[in-house]
Amino acid sequence: MLELFKSLWDYRGFVFSSIRNEFAARFARSRLGGLWMIINPLAQVAIYALVLSNVLAAKLPGIDNKYAYALYLMAGMLAWSLFAEVIGRCLTLFIDQGNLMKKMRFPRITLPVIVVGSSLLNYLLLFVALLVVFALLGQWPNLQMFWLIPLTVAVTALAVGIGLILGVLNVFIRDVGQVVPILLQVWFWFTPVVYPLNIIPEKFRSLMELNPMFPIVSAYHDILVYAKAPDITQIAVMTVVALGLLLLGLFMFRRAAPEMVDVL
Amino acid sequence: MSLLTVSNLGKAYRVYASEFQRIGRWFGLNTKPSEEHWVLKNINFAIEPGEAIGIVGQNGAGKSTLLKMITGTLQPTEGRVQVNGRIAAILELGMGFTPDLTGRQNVYHAAGLMGFSADKISGVINDIEAFAEIGSYFDEPVRTYSSGMQMRVAFAVATAIRPEILIVDEALSVGDSYFQHKSFDRIREFQAQGTTLLIVSHDRGSIQALCNRAILLEKGTVLKDGKPEEVMDFYNALIAEKENSTVQLRELEDGSIQTRSGTGEASIGTVTLHNAAGAPIEFVSVGENVSLRINITINSAIPELVVGYLIKDRLGQPVFGTNSHHLGCKIDDLDAGETVSYSFNFAANLGVGSYSVAVALHTSDSHLSRNYEWMDLTLVFNVVNISQREFVGLAWMPPTVECSR
Repeated sequence: MLELFKSLWDYRGFVFSSIRNEFAARFARSRLGGLWMIINPLAQVAIYALVLSNVLAAKLPGIDNKYAYALYLMAGMLAWSLFAEVIGRCLTLFIDQGNLMKKMRFPRITLPVIVVGSSLLNYLLLFVALLVVFALLGQWPNLQMFWLIPLTVAVTALAVGIGLILGVLNVFIRDVGQVVPILLQVWFWFTPVVYPLNIIPEKFRSLMELNPMFPIVSAYHDILVYAKAPDITQIAVMTVVALGLLLLGLFMFRRAAPEMVDVL
Repeated sequence: MSLLTVSNLGKAYRVYASEFQRIGRWFGLNTKPSEEHWVLKNINFAIEPGEAIGIVGQNGAGKSTLLKMITGTLQPTEGRVQVNGRIAAILELGMGFTPDLTGRQNVYHAAGLMGFSADKISGVINDIEAFAEIGSYFDEPVRTYSSGMQMRVAFAVATAIRPEILIVDEALSVGDSYFQHKSFDRIREFQAQGTTLLIVSHDRGSIQALCNRAILLEKGTVLKDGKPEEVMDFYNALIAEKENSTVQLRELEDGSIQTRSGTGEASIGTVTLHNAAGAPIEFVSVGENVSLRINITINSAIPELVVGYLIKDRLGQPVFGTNSHHLGCKIDDLDAGETVSYSFNFAANLGVGSYSVAVALHTSDSHLSRNYEWMDLTLVFNVVNISQREFVGLAWMPPTVECSR
């Protein structure tokens, strides 16, 4: 494990230049460049807000902003987009980089780290855009927002853990790459991002406890929409789960790494 | 300590009845692969600093698998590779280049992929730019490059910092011939400074010109490891070898190894060199008229016999070769027990040095069609300069000269 971090440190130059190159390549030939990364989720929010606000807006208790539903949506989307991006990219990571892995010698661990770095960069841009939109809609930044730092770490750990497990499996069993996007869609709709929790019938609500993204998204709602501290116990449990998955993912990655090149 | 030690190296590709069994193995389940396909087995060799080693073998012999395990992209199934130094490979040039970024940015990135820090690259970036010689294109996006320009930049990065071991795939031609010369100069320069070369090639010439040792791989094992001339002779015989034919090696008195191969319908008897007076000779004067006499015994009836010979210099580089088919002297329908004698007459317009003669008996125009017998080092002779003016080189091309002012 220690050598893993050492090789990562030795290749930090490569990790940073990969993240920068990916970012720069995006700007290279399009006028809006990196802005598309923000426009995409914001457009999605706008669509949901337009279509669903009349249906769902009345169901949001405890907030008097008339754009409450849009704020609620954006807060949830911020968390979900990071989660989904990391998983989606880890899923096909080793297959996409197969050629490079077959032909160059470099620490393979740099690949998921590059994904995390570049996803966090997108996340940061989206967050800044979100703050601007929030301010325009009358919601100002508050001190509770510092909670987002540990939350971001937790959601990243969860996503990398799941992403590594699935990405490794996908190298050997390609069906994984087909089924995961479907499952992610299902998971998205089973997490209260688009709708408030209170529209779920009481007897099903306990099922939500099993969804590790539920405490995350709820915490984002608490912080960004309601400006209050999140529920620490739920987050703590979820963080333990995330770390467990992350360790499992790293373990599988270590075991599979020598064989991956054989089948790519 | 050796620079590179390969011990008992083997690589198997494993197939499992179900991929879940493979995954179970990671977690300690004792599942057996349903198939094991060994592409390399029991490879042993050690390489010392400053050596230059050619790796030859037919397609599928395991050359690239071996190199991948030496560079570390592929993990061995058994045995180990121990490297004491940095390896650079010129196998896949331009890996990791992003088309939308400039040459300069890509250089930083590609060198990072090789494990260099940005500071270290900044120290050599000017050398890289100068070596690539692509002018202002260096700061243009790589997508605007011709493939030759991309190769130049990629080669310049790959060899920016002298490695302890350099792996070169010779089939990979680096752009135009000017740059090829330049890149080979750099490779030779590295060699002079102590870099060990590992060269993969099919080209006899470059293996013998650059290497002092060659390793022949065949069906995943090391078939021969030795002097380039011997290994290349063996390799050529191996290619020429058809069904039912055998390859024999015989050590000559001076320690060099003679390769004899073929199907055996005809065999080479005595091979001698005679001067104009008909006396057998071992020393030939530059430009002297000589005749190469080859006696052949026919072992079983054959429809056609072509006799070819090849004169090689002391490094085994071909100097001149031809055969009776090209010369228009052919004997058809030979019976078992017959003896045939050929006499090739020529002027020995050769430079000073030692030469060997390889002889081949076959049909049609080359020994690749049907090879009755191929024998290296049938005869060794020396060319000495007694009568001509001083000159250097392999060939004697007497000029006349005019000068004016």
